[in-house]
This record gives sequence, structure tokens and C-alpha cells, in this order.
Amino acid sequence: MPAACGLSGVISQDGHPIGGDVIIESMRVIHDRGNGLGGGFAGYGIYPRYRELYALHVMFEDPPGKELCEELLERDLEIEAAEEIPTTPSDEIVEPPLLWRYFAAPRGEKLSAEGLEADDFMVQLVMDINTTVPGTFVFSSGKNMGVFKAVGFAEDVGEFYRLPDYTGYTWIGHGRFPTNTPGWWGGAHPFNILDWAIVHNGELSSYGINKRYLEMFGYQCTLLTDTEVMAYLFDLLIRKHNLPLEVACTVMAAPFWKDIDFDDDRAQRHLYESLRMTYGSALVNGPFAVIAGFSRGMMGLNDRIKLRPLVAACKDDLLYVSSEESAIRQICPRPDRVWAPKAGRPVVGELKGDV
Amino acid sequence: MPGDMLPSEFIVDVDHQRCRRCKRCILNCGFGVFDFQSMTTADSSKCVACHRCVVFCPEEAITITKNPLAFREHSSWEVYLRKNIWKQAQSSGMMLTGMGNDLPWLNVFDHILIDACQVTNPSIDPLREPMELRTYLGRKPDSLEIKADGDGGFDLETKLESNIKLDVPIIFSGMSYGSVSLNTHRALAVAAEKLGTVMNTGEGGLHEELYPYAGNIIVQCASGRFGVHPKYLNAGVAVEIKVGQGAKPGIGGHLPGEKIGREVSGTRMIPVGTDALSPAPHHDIYSIEDLRQLIYALKEATGYKPVSVKIATVHNVAAIASGIARAGADIIYLDGFRGGTGASPAVIRDHVGIPLEIALAVVDQRLREEGIRNWVSIIAAGGIRSSADVAKAIALGADAVGIGTAALIALGCRLCQKCYTGNCSWGIATQRPELTGRLDVDWGAERLVNLVNSWSLELKEVLGALGINAVESLRGNRERLRTLGLDATTSEILDVKPAGR
Amino acid sequence: MDSAGIYYRELNQRVRELIGQGYTEITLDGVNGQRYIADGLEESVSIVINGVPGNDLGAFMDGPMVTVNDNAQDCVGNTMNSGKIVIKGHAGDVLGYGMRGGKIFVRDDVGYRVGIHMKSYKGQVPIIVVGGGAGDFFGEYMAGGVLVLIGLGGEGVPAGDYVGTGMHGGTIFIRGRVPSRQLGREVRVFSLEDDDRTMLEGLLEEFASDTGADTAGVDVGEFVKFRPFSHRPYGNMYVY
Repeated sequence: MPAACGLSGVISQDGHPIGGDVIIESMRVIHDRGNGLGGGFAGYGIYPRYRELYALHVMFEDPPGKELCEELLERDLEIEAAEEIPTTPSDEIVEPPLLWRYFAAPRGEKLSAEGLEADDFMVQLVMDINTTVPGTFVFSSGKNMGVFKAVGFAEDVGEFYRLPDYTGYTWIGHGRFPTNTPGWWGGAHPFNILDWAIVHNGELSSYGINKRYLEMFGYQCTLLTDTEVMAYLFDLLIRKHNLPLEVACTVMAAPFWKDIDFDDDRAQRHLYESLRMTYGSALVNGPFAVIAGFSRGMMGLNDRIKLRPLVAACKDDLLYVSSEESAIRQICPRPDRVWAPKAGRPVVGELKGDV
Repeated sequence: MPGDMLPSEFIVDVDHQRCRRCKRCILNCGFGVFDFQSMTTADSSKCVACHRCVVFCPEEAITITKNPLAFREHSSWEVYLRKNIWKQAQSSGMMLTGMGNDLPWLNVFDHILIDACQVTNPSIDPLREPMELRTYLGRKPDSLEIKADGDGGFDLETKLESNIKLDVPIIFSGMSYGSVSLNTHRALAVAAEKLGTVMNTGEGGLHEELYPYAGNIIVQCASGRFGVHPKYLNAGVAVEIKVGQGAKPGIGGHLPGEKIGREVSGTRMIPVGTDALSPAPHHDIYSIEDLRQLIYALKEATGYKPVSVKIATVHNVAAIASGIARAGADIIYLDGFRGGTGASPAVIRDHVGIPLEIALAVVDQRLREEGIRNWVSIIAAGGIRSSADVAKAIALGADAVGIGTAALIALGCRLCQKCYTGNCSWGIATQRPELTGRLDVDWGAERLVNLVNSWSLELKEVLGALGINAVESLRGNRERLRTLGLDATTSEILDVKPAGR
Repeated sequence: MDSAGIYYRELNQRVRELIGQGYTEITLDGVNGQRYIADGLEESVSIVINGVPGNDLGAFMDGPMVTVNDNAQDCVGNTMNSGKIVIKGHAGDVLGYGMRGGKIFVRDDVGYRVGIHMKSYKGQVPIIVVGGGAGDFFGEYMAGGVLVLIGLGGEGVPAGDYVGTGMHGGTIFIRGRVPSRQLGREVRVFSLEDDDRTMLEGLLEEFASDTGADTAGVDVGEFVKFRPFSHRPYGNMYVY
């Protein structure tokens, strides 16, 4: 059984702060699920000071790219603060690109000129930068959250980005064993759009059509990795089409016809039939286990025949999801309950109050 | 010596040692090849190599060979070209032919390979794990409005347009009653019902006897409007406007009077023995806005059943398809240049149109670029020969494929291309009562069901190898195809990478 | 031996060294996530694991007795030839894949694809007993051996979908009625023989003793027996 890619995630539903060292510890246990060609994390609630602003994390291959990118940012955004992302040099993390972060919001006049909502405006800006500025990638663009990723083993990446210095209410982590593309910084997980961060274990055999479906709605898949489409699918289905989270999961890991037809409730049958008819190109085929972070919560989801491992556990207000139970037990030795989520059914943790 | 000075194309040889003199060959041949004068004799000039006699001879005493007569070779002046000129010099007229394009044009399907999963992704076993082929044809909404019902469940607020539900993504293409026999139509209807798919009436109307199969029929409304009346329009799950067909883009149909017997006459609602001529254009569709008008007229007349528009694939097929989608069609049927027919001028059949594979690729891409791909389902037809073609067509973007020639071959057709004579020895493309009786409906339906079931099994194996367990994940997934030996431009147009990339 | 924080390669090497030195009982404390423990071991030793072992526990194992006083993860007993694995907790997916002999007892639930392609050969009959429930594809491709699903402490059907799909040998016993739509096409229900009852009673006793599960209320008559209807279920699928 190929055991590529390791995932782990934790959320405090009461909004208690969790240090970045916790998620690093969890990832350390499942070191062997990766091969050192990529590691990454996403933390939520880590920038309380700038909580209303978009926190852009950008990697630049060289200074000219940075200059060009900053021109675009200046043109479109009011930038409150701009700084290098703090890192600790490490032997394990080789030749890092320039890593900067910007806390900003779209300029009012730009929004009215384009007639767009702020979120759509930011998505467009990020897609523009990623497709037109050479050697530059915006790899995080949500509010009060951030993605940290690199080529290297997960725990080394975590130390490199000094994650123990941050606290957040949700953390997700990933160690990569790439299947189709060479390891590069942009290709590590998590993949991000606005406040969605996705870590993924598996390979999407439906990638070709998921990508073409998303392109119809203006999403550009630039990062050469199939996981990218999952982030965009969540954004499309939930933010743009307003589907409830559980329904979006039903679209991506759809129940089988034999089970839909068997349901006595006619309205339910019609609902699921309509979902599959309308969203067939958004069905995600191929083995996958994903953990998704979003502003109000965290979710774990498996493909419809559970070809990749996923384990969940809870203790008090904490919810854990991971590829292996040992990764959870390392940071939570005595959980209240441990269980295996069912194929195609999401495990969801949500913030109860405000943070 | 035949008047046109042409040597026979085939030589019929009867082994008189084995011949039992049962005279079955005489009875079976629809073309009058055999006679009995103290022993079985054969007039080879009439033979079309349909093999009926060979199959039914109890002693296997008959062999049919290509006339080995030597012609001096010439790579430009192929023998068939020389023969055509002799025929046309003998009596002026257009070369007529039947079935689909038989010239050695490049076959794009044969230059496309399919991917398989290994190591990084598991293949799925279709015999033991779920594998879904269900397909819905018709218009789909851009998105769905769904609200939580407060009880932990969800309510669907959007109302969907009506769709056709197929158990397999393979349908039977339209072949008119008149060009084919009633038993052929009956076999197709019975098979469609058993398989959970649909057949298409073709442009000759629908015999009353088949109205009970309405749940598995698409009724066609062609330019000749044969047999089109309100009951007919409602005797199907959808109505198809036939604007063109792959075998003869731009020109109408022609059913010679010899094939208009009493039943055909009754179904088409024209007098016995007259020619049935379908005009080239629909005379109420001279431009795209007229098409919209006809589409909605049909929707109003049928309570808004899906309307399909069938077109031949020509150079600007992408733009035409976009126009058709915007005119209100729910399904577009693309008939490639290899599509079959009962009768067509050879020059049109063999030199007009573009390959289905390319048309499919550009239509699917254009509709996506315009953000309207979900407005229509695409049916691809015209030379679908195997489950491999089916898989490739779906990966290029088709919702389903249509089979015509393949269905007839399953019923016994040998592709002799003489359908227009009405002498089909197999009882398929004929109205002569002594011939039509030969096609047993139950036997025919069983053969059609077997064929589609075999292809379904093979299609599931292909899906399994691709690590996919629902056909919607293959649909339009060009990433799982690669071209081999195709020029770079064509690969680009197909948006399929060459093998190795 | 304290195993906390020791990388699996080192841990497994130490275990082999200890066995080489003649130790027949080894206890590993503080295990969490180390893989490949007891893989390929042929000696009749006893290994006790305190903690959650990593994937592939006892893979290709041929002899030892392994006890886990916690939950286990995926691929337990992969292609195991003989020996015994007892898990006092639940286990993950793909347990007992290709197992050819020996026994695996799991006190609580197991995940998906358990007991795939178990096979028996000559005198060897592999046996898996699960105290709780199982996910989909239980006993897929089964070619031999015995699978028992007790379903203690749960409600409803203890098995998932596609039970025994592709089965062409072996026997599955499940406590309680399984709706036929959850069964693979190759599976048929057979009636319990006296031999079966005796065997099940013996197994349940052994299982209860090893895992500490409470099987007192279990009546062997409640088990349903499943076997394949043919050794060659796909004979007429092909055309030549």
C-alpha cells in the first residue's frame, strides 16, 4: 500500500490558542509518509493584530520579480505593513526564495471601478500575479491566517518558519511525497485561496476535467499540482455558489447511484440526482484524504471508497484529524474518542464563538 | 460482357463437389446472383460480397474472392477511380453509395492512447467495485440553490429542465424507417428498452406499433417532416431536429420510390411509390434565429421535452454549436464525416465534412470558453467502432456516443454499401417482404443488447484502469489521453498532449 | 524496552538483536507510530507493545505472538504466514491483506478492506476475528481462511457495503442479518453446520480470553455463514 503524503490537523473549537510547536510534533511522528520534497502548514488566528486585513504571503525567485509584484500590489491595495516572513536558516531548507508578507485591503476606488466584491477582487489579483509575474507566487491570501511551505521535511519546514512563535486556533500540516511533479516550493501543500487551505494525500484521476470545469469560472491552475483544484472547488461551491459545506462535500465525494436510488424519500433522491447531474465535473475521483482549514473551522474528508487513511479524535473542545492515529496520540495521549470517518462523509470542527 | 465494360468486383465460386443442390443460395441472395441450370450457377457481376450465401450454405461450398484481375498499379489513379469514370461514361449521373466514408483518411481515434494508473494511484477493479456509467442528456443549471431545512437535511430550490436518463452512455443513432426495415426498427426499440438507453427514429417517422416504446425513443423532425404530427412528437422522450448528417453534409435525404411500400407510406404519410425527398435545408430554418423559433415551437408542442439538434461536422462546427446552444437546444448531436447513410452521392460522402474527434474537441472547448458547456449535452457519432472509440470520445468531451453502422453490423450487415438498392440480403436495408422477414426481431434485439453490454464491460475496465469509478470523471478529461503519431497542430487542436509529455 | 522516540529502523534492529540473544519475551513501552514492528520475524517469540504501533505491524510475519495494549493502525498482518496478533483496541484499514495463516484478533472495530485475498494452502488456514464492526469491502477477493465479525456493542449491521465482493474461497461469519444489497455478487448464504458451531464456540472463547472482550451474551446460532457460489465466478465473461 503506497503511503504517500502525511496529514495532520487540530482545531480548538472554543478558540483557545495552540502553539505552532504542537502541529510540528504531530508531523514529526509521520515523517516517513513524506520524502522530503515538500512540507507545509497553515495556521488560523495567527495575526490578531491585522485580523481585518488580507495577509498575503509571497515567494519571489529574485528581486526584479518582487519589484514588479509590489508595483501591482501598490496599485490595487492599501498596504498597512510589509515585511520579510521571519525564518531561521537551516541546513535542511536549501536555497529559500525571498519570502515576504503584506497586510492589506483593496483600494476603495479600485473596487468600485471593477464592480467587484473584495474577495473576488483579491482572487483575481492573486491569479493575475501568479500567471503574469515571473518567478513569483502568492501562496497565502486569507485574513488572520497564513500558509507556510517549502521543499523539505515537514518538521524542518515548521522550524524554518519559526512556527512555535505563533499561536492559532487551527493548525494543519502536510509532509509531501510527490507523485507527478518535481518538488518545488510552490508545489508543496497547503494550497490556498482566500481563507481556504487544503492539504491532500492521494492523486486525483479526475484532475483533467476538474481543472477545465474551474477554468470556465475563471480559476487558473498554475501550480502544476492536482491538489490546487480542490482548494478552488471549495471556493467555487461554497463561496460563489453558496452550497452548505456538507453539500459541497457531497458533490466532491458523491454517493453511488445504487445508494441514491435506494432512498425512500423522493425529495432526497431528487436532490442527490440533481447534484450529480449538475456538478458531475466537480466529482473528485481517485484516492484522496484532505484536511481543509477555513476561517470558522476545519474539515477532514475521504474519497467515496476510502482509499486513503484518515483518523479523527476529540478531547474536550479539541478536534484532531490525521493520516495516522499515532500522529494524534503524540499530541493528545488520551483522547475522549478515536474513530475512523466514513468514506465520503466529512468530519467538521467549527468555532463556537468569535475570535 | 456487361455493358459498362467493367470486370466483376468479386468472383463467386461454387464447389460443385460439395454442393448439395439445396438451392438455399438462390433463396437467400437478394441480388439475384444464383440460378440453377442442371447445377448451381453464379453471375459474379451481381455479387456485392454480403456473405449471406456463404453463411447459409450448409456445405460451405461457396467462396467469394476479390477478382484477382491485375491492373497496372498507379498510386494516384487508384483502381476505384478508374472504375468510377467507366461507370460515369457509361451513363451520366452521380455515383451513389451507402454506409460511411470508406477512403483511407487519417483516423484520429487510432492515433490516441489512453492512460492507466500505476503506483501513484490505484486502478479500480470493475468486477468487484462500483463503476458507474449512468448519464443524463439535457440542459443542466449553472449552480443549484440549496437551503438547510433546519432538521439536519437540505432542500433543493432550483427547478431542473427535463433530461433523458441513460444507463449507458451509448445510444442508437437515427436510421429512418424506409432506409431500414420495420424489423430493424423493432429490434432497436426492444434493445433500447432492455439496455436503458434510447434509439432514434431517423427521418422516416415512427410506426404506430412502436409507440409503446416511447420511453426509449427520440423522435426526429427532419426537413421532409415525414410522419410528423402531434402524437408522433409525443411518442418519445425528446425531439431531434435533423439539420444535417455526417454522410452528406449540406444535402437532403433521398429514399427511392422502390423502398416506399404500404407500411412506409403509412408511416411517412406520403403516397406509395413516390420518392421521399428531404429538402437540403429545413425551409423554415434559413438562419440561426429561425432554428430558435423551431426549437421553441417543438417545446411548446411537447410540454418542454428536451430538443436535440443534429448537425454534420463541418469546418466552423464550433461556432455553429455555440449558436445552437444559444438558440435553446438541450442536446447537440455531432455526426462526423464517417457517419453512415442509406444513400448518398459518393463525392459528398467521401470528401465533405471533418472528423468527429476534431469537431468534438473544438465544440467542447468552445462551449467551455463561452461558459455555456452545461447548456447542452453532446452526443458524438460517425464511425464509433469499438469501446475504445467510446472511451476516447467521452474523454474528448462527449456526454454519450451514437452507434449506427456498428448496430447494423451486429444485425449481420457486411458493409457492402448497396443499401440504396433495397436488396439487402440480411433483411436490414430493404422493404422487400421476402427479405425483411429474415431479420428476427428477438434475435436482433438480443444481438444489439449483447453488443452494448460487451462494450459497457470493456468501458468499465478502461475506467477501472484509469482509477475512475464514475463516467463523469472521464468526460472531458483530456489529461488522460495522449496522441501518437499525430502532427503537433492537430494534437494542439485536440488539446491532447503527445505521448511522452 | 523503552521505545519512546526511537526511530523504527533502530527499534526493529534492537528487537532482532534481543531475539538473537535468546530473549523470547520482549515488551516495548512508549511505542507511538513506529512502523514495521515484527516484520518478517520467524521465531516463536512474544512481543508486547504498549502504545500505538505504526503501519504494517507484523507484515510477512511467520511465527511470533504480538500483543498490542492499545489501538493499531493500517496494514496489520500484511501477508502474514503464521503466528498471532492480538489488538486490545481498534485497528485501521487493509488488515490481514493476503494473509496465509495464523490468527489476528481485534477487540473493537476495524476499517475498510479488511481480509482482502486471504488464502489457505494445505494445512494453513488464516483466521481473523473482529469484536466490533468493519467498513466496506470486508473479505474482498477472499480465496480461503475464516473471517468472523461479532459486532459487539454496536447497533445495526456490523458490516459495510460490498461484503465478500470477488469471493472465490473461504468462509465469512457475521453475527446478525446482512441485507443482500450489501453483499458482493459472488456471495451466498449457507446454513450453519455443527462443525461451524463448534469451531465458532472455540474461537470465541480464545478471542475473549486473549482480548478481554465480553462475549458471554453471544449465541453462535446468531451467526450467518457466507461462502462463494463458485471457484470460477467469471467463467463466461470473456469472448475469444
